[in-house]
Amino acid sequence: MELYHGPLDVKEIFGRWLDEEAESNYGAYIPFVGTIRAEDGIEALSFDIYEPVLKAWFDAWQEKAGERGAVVKMAHAIGDVPVHTSSYISAVFSPKRRVALELIDEFVEDFKANAPIWKYDVRNGERIYAEDRSTPMDGAGLLA
Amino acid sequence: MVKVEFLGPIGKAPVEMEAATLAEVAAKLKEEEELRDWLDKCAVALNDTMVNDLTTQLKDGDRISILPPVCGG
Repeated sequence: MELYHGPLDVKEIFGRWLDEEAESNYGAYIPFVGTIRAEDGIEALSFDIYEPVLKAWFDAWQEKAGERGAVVKMAHAIGDVPVHTSSYISAVFSPKRRVALELIDEFVEDFKANAPIWKYDVRNGERIYAEDRSTPMDGAGLLA
Repeated sequence: MVKVEFLGPIGKAPVEMEAATLAEVAAKLKEEEELRDWLDKCAVALNDTMVNDLTTQLKDGDRISILPPVCGG
């Protein structure tokens, strides 16, 4: 898991991941790139991350992937990420394509639901919490 | 004493309190007006592990994190 301040250097990271696993005998490598779209007049999105819980979430996924002979990787941005650049990339390596195709779906969807990351729209330099696009994590409401 | 921290957009400074269980933390946080709209949609971590049980026992120095709705990517 890699965290960066500002937009991701997608080509460098994907290229490095490819090099890292070049001799691992995986038959499938499926990357996912999340790019900030220009919509609703935003200049950028901005992100807060709670790293200890994100690390635990990612480690649990790494274990789950390992049980299926696969490896998951991810990188995410902290702070402001301008439109048309990338805030999030992930990838799955596996011996055969089927496992990688299924895992990238499950991994990215659970990421959206349970990774402790908070998103803000940036308009006129101001950060506005993207409340309407945010999802309560599993177990939310415990203290209510 | 345990420490309660409020993550992301909640924008509230950490508070310290005496509490033996998470239920006692819940009771104290419910008294705070500014948290009224947050608690029902926030998840909870104890010393950076997600928890889901109000009877969880607390000890001196424990750190409780309040995690509002998320949207990574």
